[in-house]
Amino acid sequence: MKVVEGLKYSKDHEWVKVEGGIATIGVSDFAQQQLTDVVFVELPEKGKQAEQGKTMGVIESVKSVSDVFAPVSGEIIEVNTKLSDSPELINNDPYGEGWIAKVKIKDKAELDSLLGHEEYAKTCESH
Amino acid sequence: MKRTPLYDEHLKLKARIVEFGGWEMPVFYTNVIDEHKTTRTKAGLFDICHMGEFIVRGKQAAEFVQCIITNDINKLTEGKAFYTAMCNEQGGVVDDLFVYKMSESEFMLVVNAGNIEKDFLWLKKHINSYDVELKDVSERTAKLDLQGPNSEAILQKMVNYDLSRLERFHFVKIKVDGILATVSRTGYTGEDGFELYFDSAHAKEIWNSILLKGKELGIKPIGLGARDTLRIEACYSLYGHELSEGLSPFEAGTGFVVKLDKPAFVGKAALERIKDKSSRNIVAFEMIDKGVPRQGYEVFFGEERVGAVTSGTMSPTLQKGLGLALMDVNVLLGSEILINIRHKLYKAKIVKRPFYSYKGG
Repeated sequence: MKVVEGLKYSKDHEWVKVEGGIATIGVSDFAQQQLTDVVFVELPEKGKQAEQGKTMGVIESVKSVSDVFAPVSGEIIEVNTKLSDSPELINNDPYGEGWIAKVKIKDKAELDSLLGHEEYAKTCESH
Repeated sequence: MKRTPLYDEHLKLKARIVEFGGWEMPVFYTNVIDEHKTTRTKAGLFDICHMGEFIVRGKQAAEFVQCIITNDINKLTEGKAFYTAMCNEQGGVVDDLFVYKMSESEFMLVVNAGNIEKDFLWLKKHINSYDVELKDVSERTAKLDLQGPNSEAILQKMVNYDLSRLERFHFVKIKVDGILATVSRTGYTGEDGFELYFDSAHAKEIWNSILLKGKELGIKPIGLGARDTLRIEACYSLYGHELSEGLSPFEAGTGFVVKLDKPAFVGKAALERIKDKSSRNIVAFEMIDKGVPRQGYEVFFGEERVGAVTSGTMSPTLQKGLGLALMDVNVLLGSEILINIRHKLYKAKIVKRPFYSYKGG
């Protein structure tokens, strides 16, 4: 299982990469391993407001339907439309091409509630 | 929760375990898509020990089985098996099962894991004055399904019998790696393949031997996840999805197992009334919009709610969402319907069953 340094993680297994005031969001390698074969991604809508801890999208594998929870609040300014045709990018490259959305961070203080990579790795091990 | 004799083998193979009908079963070992494709192109081995087996033996065995099933027992000769339903007085399906004719006076009934107790009580209740002995041998019977185009070549390495002679829906009692087994050319995947029944004391050795001998022919262990996607593509019904006590075989699209021209059987009068008169029916549909249909999702025709999805999946073979739905009305083949997925309507269309035609001989 891969955990990338420098990213923030939610307990629900989303990762956040902060650049400027923008958060790129995806799901972790642990999450994609648990999901296994991703066959469908319901993307968030561009322009909508994401709210920390609330559902912003859905990932489906053959056997399961899982919510993607927004790790930070803010306006969704971009979504990874490639996932509509290639949902398997989430399995193949969860931290790269499998990113899900970009959010304009509303409140930087929310980032403090997220986990660092070492802490996150520990949470996964306890599963 | 119950476990099959192969539970430890599944753990060794790092299977993900789920609950299914009161059993802890492997849902997949690697992932569903890979296992699905392996079964379609090479071979897959399934632990089906959870299913139930009953033996009906005695002078009136044939008469007794005839009175509780919808199919006609006279169509079976020794060494042949068929698919049938067992109905209640209202014509609803108590269970769907396979009947094997072992001899003139002995039959094996193979029933769904979740229905073993219910079925056994049902049979006992109807035994009346029939001169038969009824035994539940589920616990001591192991069942393995070997499915896929390479199945024959793999099993041939373990038996002294020319398997090319064994036709579909026929079975033989032969030794598999020295262990006496009932081997039928049947399955639940839409591929050529076999189902093996033998003493559960030998489950581990036969399981491991098939995996070892089939290795060079690409065999893999397959979980219930792919078993489900394979049977959905082949449009085989699953009890609790397309089949239930509230629905007749005619409405479930399995009317071919009901022989109304045979003598009296449980449910016959009701089935005669229902045939051609009920507008409820199971249809096959494929998604036009991208989406994955699942059991319970509502189906709309225009503005009207006309039914619900009974089974659905993303098809690994056809690379699109497809499923089966129970409709309250007749909707023509090719018609566009809508599936309610998380409060959004996705377009789909009704297509001919099955999605995937049987590829065996």
